[in-house]
Amino acid sequence: MISILRTIWKVFLHLFRKRVTIRYPEERPSLAPRWRGRIVLSRDPDGGERCVACYLCAVACPVDCISLQAAEDEAGRRYPSFFRINFSRCIFCGFCEEACPTYAIQLTPDFEMCEYMHRNLVHEKEDLLISGPGKYPEYSFYRVAGLAISGKDKGEAENESAPVDVKDLMP
Amino acid sequence: MNETIMRLLMIAVVLGGALFIASGLIWLERRLLGLWQDRYGPNRVGPFGTFQVVADMIKVFTKEDWVPPFADKAVFVLAPAVIVATILMPFAVIPFAPAMQVINLNVGLLFFLAMSALGVYSVTLAGWSSASKYSLLGGLRAAAQMLSYEVFMGLSLVGVVLLSGSFSLGRIVEAQQGLWFCIPQFFGLVVFVIAGVAETHRLPFDLPEAESELVAGFHSEYSGMKFGMFFVGEYLGVTLVSAMITTLFFGGWMGPLLPPVVWFLLKTFFFICFFILLRASLPRPRYDQLMALGWKVMLPLSLMNIVITGGILLARG
Ligand code: SF4
Ligand code: SF4
Repeated sequence: MISILRTIWKVFLHLFRKRVTIRYPEERPSLAPRWRGRIVLSRDPDGGERCVACYLCAVACPVDCISLQAAEDEAGRRYPSFFRINFSRCIFCGFCEEACPTYAIQLTPDFEMCEYMHRNLVHEKEDLLISGPGKYPEYSFYRVAGLAISGKDKGEAENESAPVDVKDLMP
Repeated sequence: MNETIMRLLMIAVVLGGALFIASGLIWLERRLLGLWQDRYGPNRVGPFGTFQVVADMIKVFTKEDWVPPFADKAVFVLAPAVIVATILMPFAVIPFAPAMQVINLNVGLLFFLAMSALGVYSVTLAGWSSASKYSLLGGLRAAAQMLSYEVFMGLSLVGVVLLSGSFSLGRIVEAQQGLWFCIPQFFGLVVFVIAGVAETHRLPFDLPEAESELVAGFHSEYSGMKFGMFFVGEYLGVTLVSAMITTLFFGGWMGPLLPPVVWFLLKTFFFICFFILLRASLPRPRYDQLMALGWKVMLPLSLMNIVITGGILLARG
């Protein structure tokens, strides 16, 4: 009985508390940098596309909303000839970002991507590609990978020693 | 002739006022619940979100008004009308101010009790005619709950009648000159408020509709304006019970300075807010707890109240 009255009184006092609601369009919510929102494809510091079209993101995606096609340019760099994310299916789980070996695909703190037409939620590569490196400003896949492309031979990457000639018997 | 016109005008004013307040409660309740839960509640449509009422009305009117093929059509359509009618009727006998009353029945209190007893038909028939198990369970609960709380509601008012010596609501208010009945009839007040909550099947006693177990209880199958009628009926019930508490225990229109009607409305508004506060703060009891509270606590309490009040009156001569 007393506890019931006490409950009523305590709830009544909530009238004078501060509201927790954020009145969205006027007040902006503060989103953490690692918030999982709209997906972008980033570039490495030199301005080249980071994505190497390895399909790992497409495989990791639990709802199969990424589709792409691998291609190779004359320099020997792999890139996606098209890259498509269907945001009407994406659940923003971030698995693609975790799967990506090159930090190319990244989720950003932006959720304002409503559309009137369903098909407008399918973002193509030119919609996804941004001009900067996103969350990992220094990282460039080809500079640390042992892969030879034009302008960078084997053994020239950072922290990489020159390749060993396995047919040479000299110490 | 003049008399008739005045009376018709009065009916229009009371009817319009009651419906206006009931629809305003749609907004008020959601706003207050929001405040008590540290939110804002509806605050977008119009100033402070007051046009939410209009938006809701448009929504309810444009919804498909569907009668399930398995339902008993005539009864299904009739049930929502019954609740609104039976709850609007007692507003006729409530004195809002001296001589501001549709009709001064000398058995006004009995009329109120009779009408609220008739309200049981609405929910029970709604549950029955829907021919769905959840509705039926809701209807059964409503019948048991409202009938048992009806008993104490009547008994709790006997003390008021003893003190004022009349069944006429106007006379009851006048008898409270000097001392409001909420003090000598404190237990009567407690029982009446609890029975009133149960009678309007509002939270925490909303077992007939208990959405966590019965979908929406007796009105699960209703849609569109028929559902809206139950909704309005519920808010009208809250307004009615608040007005009755004011009239019977808190001196009706009496109060200093302000005009009588304003006092009446202020007091009623206070109790409406209290009803909403109850909803915001208390959990729903189990069904057997509800019945046990009724028969094991409320009934003895109201009987004791009658005995003690009667004894004191006799001793005073
Ligand atoms: S966030 Fe999840 S659902 Fe969306 S594209 Fe990446 S893996 Fe697929
Ligand atoms: S975005 Fe990353 S994981 Fe997906 S194909 Fe390109 S490099 Fe591979």
